[in-house]
Amino acid sequence: MSASDHLIPVVVSNVVEVNPIIKRFEFKHVNGDELPAFSGGAHIVVEMLDDGTKRKNPYSLMSSPFERDQYAISVRRDDTGRGGSKFMHEQVRPGMEMKISAPVNLFSLDLRAKKHLMIAGGIGITPFIAQMAQADKLGVPFELHYAARSVSQAAYMDSLADRFGDHVSCYCDDQGEGVDFETLLSSQPLGTHVYVCGPKGMIERVVETATHLGWPAAHVHFEHFLAPPVGEPFEVHLAKAGIDITVGAEQSLLEAVEASGTPINCMCRGGACGQCETAVVACDGEIMHNDHWLDEEQRASKQLIMPCVSRFRGKRLELDL
Amino acid sequence: MSESIIEESILSRPTYGTLKIVPGLAHYFLADASGAECVIRVVQELPRDMMEKVHILYVPTPGEAALITSLYAVGAKRFEHFPTIEEAVAKLGDWLSDAKMGTQLYLAGTEGLVGQGVAKGEECGLDHTAVQCEHRGSLARRVQCVHCKTMIEDVTTQPVKCPSCELLLFVRDHYSRRLAAFQGVCINAEDPTEEIEIKEVFK
Ligand SMILES: Cc1cc2nc3c(=O)[nH]c(=O)nc-3n(C[C@H](O)[C@H](O)[C@H](O)COP(=O)(O)OP(=O)(O)OC[C@H]3O[C@@H](n4cnc5c(N)ncnc54)[C@H](O)[C@@H]3O)c2cc1C
Ligand code: FES
Repeated sequence: MSASDHLIPVVVSNVVEVNPIIKRFEFKHVNGDELPAFSGGAHIVVEMLDDGTKRKNPYSLMSSPFERDQYAISVRRDDTGRGGSKFMHEQVRPGMEMKISAPVNLFSLDLRAKKHLMIAGGIGITPFIAQMAQADKLGVPFELHYAARSVSQAAYMDSLADRFGDHVSCYCDDQGEGVDFETLLSSQPLGTHVYVCGPKGMIERVVETATHLGWPAAHVHFEHFLAPPVGEPFEVHLAKAGIDITVGAEQSLLEAVEASGTPINCMCRGGACGQCETAVVACDGEIMHNDHWLDEEQRASKQLIMPCVSRFRGKRLELDL
Repeated sequence: MSESIIEESILSRPTYGTLKIVPGLAHYFLADASGAECVIRVVQELPRDMMEKVHILYVPTPGEAALITSLYAVGAKRFEHFPTIEEAVAKLGDWLSDAKMGTQLYLAGTEGLVGQGVAKGEECGLDHTAVQCEHRGSLARRVQCVHCKTMIEDVTTQPVKCPSCELLLFVRDHYSRRLAAFQGVCINAEDPTEEIEIKEVFK
């Protein structure tokens, strides 16, 4: 079973242009009911019916976990993508009915922390907005370091600085500013947990620096806004269903399995939660593992694949589905 | 002093490894006389410029000075010694209250010292993966009488008589990390007149 089996019918209650590339969308339950509870860092999967194509993209909730009458997400427009974010920007208007999944959290605050150190890059700010509301209410010390390419693209920078004051430090590339990770991570009191969400390079630098300084792995948390990578089309045999399917160039394996009507688990659709883990029955070729779930050994074994983000190149791939 | 072998037992019974320097912003050591050589062994291998990151706390056996001199000579940024484990552990707490993420804690010596060091580290917010322990010396146990809650140090016999409530206690392998002590439970509750031989077992 997957989170998206129980979709919640919502109505778009508001659409706000935050800046030229980012829009905020607010959703209310169609019946005005309370929406499911969530904690800071959770995301929902938004289903988009785009002219016959069904798209499902995960977006982090940025609204306060203490407000259950509506959810808010912010979407960065990605013109090179397959169209999910473009659809949100161009087609979604107030009053429209949509379906969303219940929230899932793969990036929650560790409540044992004595302090939360949050590092955001660009649109990676969204989960932290909800987390800060939570940490603020719980009275746990927190600090946000938010980097953006330019002042004009730095969504919510001013309002966050206003709301959380000294807790927030901002950096804009076009002002020649940047986070000094070495200094930042060398000056945190014992019991601090660090959280990073942003571009791949930023996440890597934070994880590497923390590890090098001796931070225990359990104190370092990150979330990639990973989109399923595109590639060459490939054929897959689904052993239990007894069918062959084709994964299109711009389709993920998960999407192709879903389109065939074959049941498959999923949650994050971004290679992080482990829900879609599928056994490989036969593999004559190379699996392009794009997930953050399997370890090196599991990858090398060619016995498991994460269909939400991983692809295949070769003669034959047979899955236990 | 020889490396000690601890037989595998129940889950709560601590097991120990061998100290090894791992990447860290600062390295804190706590040892007693039986663990001093472990500290010297690992610290001596460090490059000179790393000594700025090394802090050592030591509990000598009364009257002993040679190991104090050897530990002093390794050239740590801070070196202090205390007559009792309690005082050294309290000092560790002071030091750790100013410490930063990336701190590594290394404990070497008898079980009582190691256990109390672990508990202090945890209290100060250190993740258990940032704490290493090497057991050396006597297997004497720190035991808490579960009946009157008295802490009995350096217990080497099975059973042991509680100095406070005078019950004869069976020293269990059940270990409390919070108290850093093994649990001592009355062995002859059914018949207090029963004679039980007291044997030296935790040497
Ligand atoms: C847990 C999680 C939370 C997220 N939260 C947010 C959020 O709060 N806000 C937000 O804006 N996004 C968020 N995302 C990302 C979001 O789900 C989408 O990936 C993003 O909006 C882009 O979607 P898309 O459909 O427009 O593009 P996608 O098709 O998903 O494409 C994204 C990227 O894939 C590559 N790509 C795709 N198709 C092609 C092609 N044909 N040719 C070349 N390259 C291609 C491009 O590099 C492109 O930039 C989150 C992702 C995850 C996993
Ligand atoms: S759906 Fe989460 S890893 Fe694939």
